[in-house]
Amino acid sequence: MSTIISVLINGLSLGAIYALIALGYTMVYGIAKMLNFAHGDIIMVGSYTIFITVMNLNIGGPVLTLVAAILFSVIVCTVFGVTIEKIAYKPLRGASPLAVLITAIGVSYFLQGSSQLLFGARALPITMPNLGNIDIGAAKVSVGTVVTLVVGIILMVALTVFIKNTRTGKAMVAVSEDKGAAQLMGINVNKIIMITFAIGSALAAFAALFYLFGIPAVNPTLGSMPGIKAFAAAVIGGIGSIPGAMLGGILMGLIESICKSIPALSSYTLAIEFGILILILLIRPIGLLGKKRRVKV
Amino acid sequence: MAEYLLETKNLGISFGGLKALDDINLKIKKNQLYGLVGPNGAGKTTVFNLLTGVYKPTTGTFYLDGKELTGKTQEKINHEGIARTFQNIRLFNNMSVIRNVMVGLHNQPEFKCTPFASMLRLPKHFDTEIRCREKAKEILRIFDLYEERNNLACNLPYGKQRKLEIARALATNPKLLLLDEPAAGMNPNETEDLMRIVRRIRDEFDMTILLIEHDLKFVSGLCDELTVLNFGTTLAEGTAEEALNDPEVIKAYIGG
Amino acid sequence: MQYIKNIKQSFKLKNNINYFVLIALLAVLIIADQFGLLGRSLTGLIIKMGYSAILAVSLNLVVGFLGELSLGHAGFMCAGAYIGCFFANYMYGVIDNKILVLVLAMIVGGLVATVLGFIVGLPALRLKGDYLAIVTLAFGEIIRNIFNNTSSETFGGAMGMSTKKFEGTTLFIITLITLTIVLFLCQSLIRSKHGRAITAIRDNEIAAKSMGINVTYYKLFVFALAACFAGVAGVLYGHSLSTVRQDAFTYNYSIEILVMVVLGGIGSMRGSIISASLIVYINALLQNNLSGDMAEIKQAVYAIILIIVVIFNNAPALKKVKDKLSVSNPAKKNKNPETIHDDEVDWRRVPTKIPMDEVLTANLPNNDEAESDTAEKGDK
Repeated sequence: MSTIISVLINGLSLGAIYALIALGYTMVYGIAKMLNFAHGDIIMVGSYTIFITVMNLNIGGPVLTLVAAILFSVIVCTVFGVTIEKIAYKPLRGASPLAVLITAIGVSYFLQGSSQLLFGARALPITMPNLGNIDIGAAKVSVGTVVTLVVGIILMVALTVFIKNTRTGKAMVAVSEDKGAAQLMGINVNKIIMITFAIGSALAAFAALFYLFGIPAVNPTLGSMPGIKAFAAAVIGGIGSIPGAMLGGILMGLIESICKSIPALSSYTLAIEFGILILILLIRPIGLLGKKRRVKV
Repeated sequence: MAEYLLETKNLGISFGGLKALDDINLKIKKNQLYGLVGPNGAGKTTVFNLLTGVYKPTTGTFYLDGKELTGKTQEKINHEGIARTFQNIRLFNNMSVIRNVMVGLHNQPEFKCTPFASMLRLPKHFDTEIRCREKAKEILRIFDLYEERNNLACNLPYGKQRKLEIARALATNPKLLLLDEPAAGMNPNETEDLMRIVRRIRDEFDMTILLIEHDLKFVSGLCDELTVLNFGTTLAEGTAEEALNDPEVIKAYIGG
Repeated sequence: MQYIKNIKQSFKLKNNINYFVLIALLAVLIIADQFGLLGRSLTGLIIKMGYSAILAVSLNLVVGFLGELSLGHAGFMCAGAYIGCFFANYMYGVIDNKILVLVLAMIVGGLVATVLGFIVGLPALRLKGDYLAIVTLAFGEIIRNIFNNTSSETFGGAMGMSTKKFEGTTLFIITLITLTIVLFLCQSLIRSKHGRAITAIRDNEIAAKSMGINVTYYKLFVFALAACFAGVAGVLYGHSLSTVRQDAFTYNYSIEILVMVVLGGIGSMRGSIISASLIVYINALLQNNLSGDMAEIKQAVYAIILIIVVIFNNAPALKKVKDKLSVSNPAKKNKNPETIHDDEVDWRRVPTKIPMDEVLTANLPNNDEAESDTAEKGDK
């Protein structure tokens, strides 16, 4: 029983991480109609920022350190996200999506290469402030996991409220539906795309912090695996759909956590996750919550 | 030999409970020029989509030359002898004009050649290619497109794109040709020219043609018989004169 | 007699220039090799260029001509490398002739990859764009994951499988010959009626179906064929090293192949070969010349080159500048498009104008249950 609870809670909190990253993919896809392959590397940037903050900053208590770390990380990631959009993607607005995809790949290489240049290729261990464990039912779960889950859910709810109720949020929906029409309605599409990148990157900064709770080490390619899994999660949920990304992320986290807890399956986790992705897409080619688009004949 | 080349029986389709087409009974004889008219949203293109297998009918059946084709795939229906054009032109835009027609000739038995023969450049490959090109040129001459054969399809003027689409459909050697608003967006001269070509196809290739048209003048000048659709149901049918003077049809067109 | 006449008519030098260049290159290299002018590192580089070019050409079939985005090409290569080299390891005990074993291994590796390519092709019938991209990526990763979990007796698991490294310079000759054959097969296919059908599917799938083209058949065929060549490249790769390890075939490698294809010009076979060789060469150059601390700058430099090239080639704002600089600008060459003579196929001109929006956005095939919002789509 206690293992089941801890597997579930770990799965949910891992799922929250994936969901936060997947939101970045899905929002950018929905609004800019591009696959931002460099999104995973924003997590890496966030992790290094946290690494620097935690290792160098000595202010009272673990909580304060973490708050400072996440603050810096959010700022740095947002600046990176927006800058990348300005330099690499904006000149290509209106060009073929494949060209934008390749540029995104280039940006991803660049971020990995530069961090390798600055910090070396080896993984650097990071001592995260210890938050201790708490008991839930019979299971002992680390506080970090619980924080991940709770903050993750708060962020997702906040994002949903933001999109539903603010002018900017509504403008984002409008741009994702029809860029041209939104422009005619006086919406500044470039600004909306910039805001989308900013929000996505900020969410990635949170994901970076939570990711380090689980694996306390940073390296230049840290972002690529969670990035690609989150991308898969976004597709499972139906790329472009925000609730879809949340659902897909949680699902992905649960699958991973369950597989890892069964010894016979643990080494096949990756294959099982991707296998389920393929299965879901074969049954529902638009993802779980994706919108159906039709070609007019 | 069946009495009618195309016969539909109670053909209908509904999209999520909404009946888009109901109880369509078309009877088209061989070598006939048959018109399908009706106001916007009447379901004319949906009839084409059913007949070419883009949608599967929810009710009813249809037969080509006595053979049932209901529920077959688009490819299969084309093999059986129905070819079409599209309301919003669908050419292979990045290919030259002649290659568009050669795609139409793809399935003709005289140009059969396996991919492996092509990959190894066996003599058969060259032979079929050359013959196929000659045949395509022949078809292009009929449509006055021979001079433009090496231009990209997307660079053709609008009227010629429409003609090319018909040429391409004809290249699949169909028994029945479906033309979806062939005169849409054409000027009077081009329309005149098109009417001539449609008649010529019918006579020279002994073709049966079903065409959708908005323009009643075009239809009445060209078609032997008509079916008028409105809101997915048959409003009237018969010769052009009869159908267009039907009070129901006048009401549907003028409103009232 | 007619046959011979037709062949004579069809044969044009400019369409076959690729092979002459490749064969001439091969001859020069063999002669240089005879005089001992080729060092070990140079032949290694040529082998790497060769199999990269095979990968790029075969991926170009899928991306450039079929118009589907595949991010799992390294997976097929992985399967080909493992199975082919495993087979070769066994066969070296049976057959004495090294070259014969390698050729057999390439066939075996190619066939296994073909089967996998066929399986990956199945979702391509239902999925498009990004959805297909992630599925192909997932397939590649699954293949890798499975090989990672094999025991040390079979495929070596995480430590990798040891292979017989092909000593001497024969391997580069075999690689170049294989490249020539692959290029020949791909180009013949693309220039035939089947190539026409494949590009027709890319340009407009609905119209292609209405022309009676068997879309299912061609999609599966192209996926399987491309996978087969990737498998062959994998076997060559395995023989150029002494171990095959699954972590060489991550999705990052698939992406690198895609980069070769895109930079070479989507739909251009010659471009694929040139850009594959160039990328391999630049990588080697950066690796050799940037020693010590500077070695780490390599990836960043490579990335900047990549970004600049793509932005320069594609940015709408830079189009005018580019047209001015470009030597091979078609608008300059053919002032009057009416006079283009291309009864014979000039493939260089056509397919680079691929409608990439359709490759990357999810347009779904309309074969599932219809929904109410489509009712009005009957007309207008």
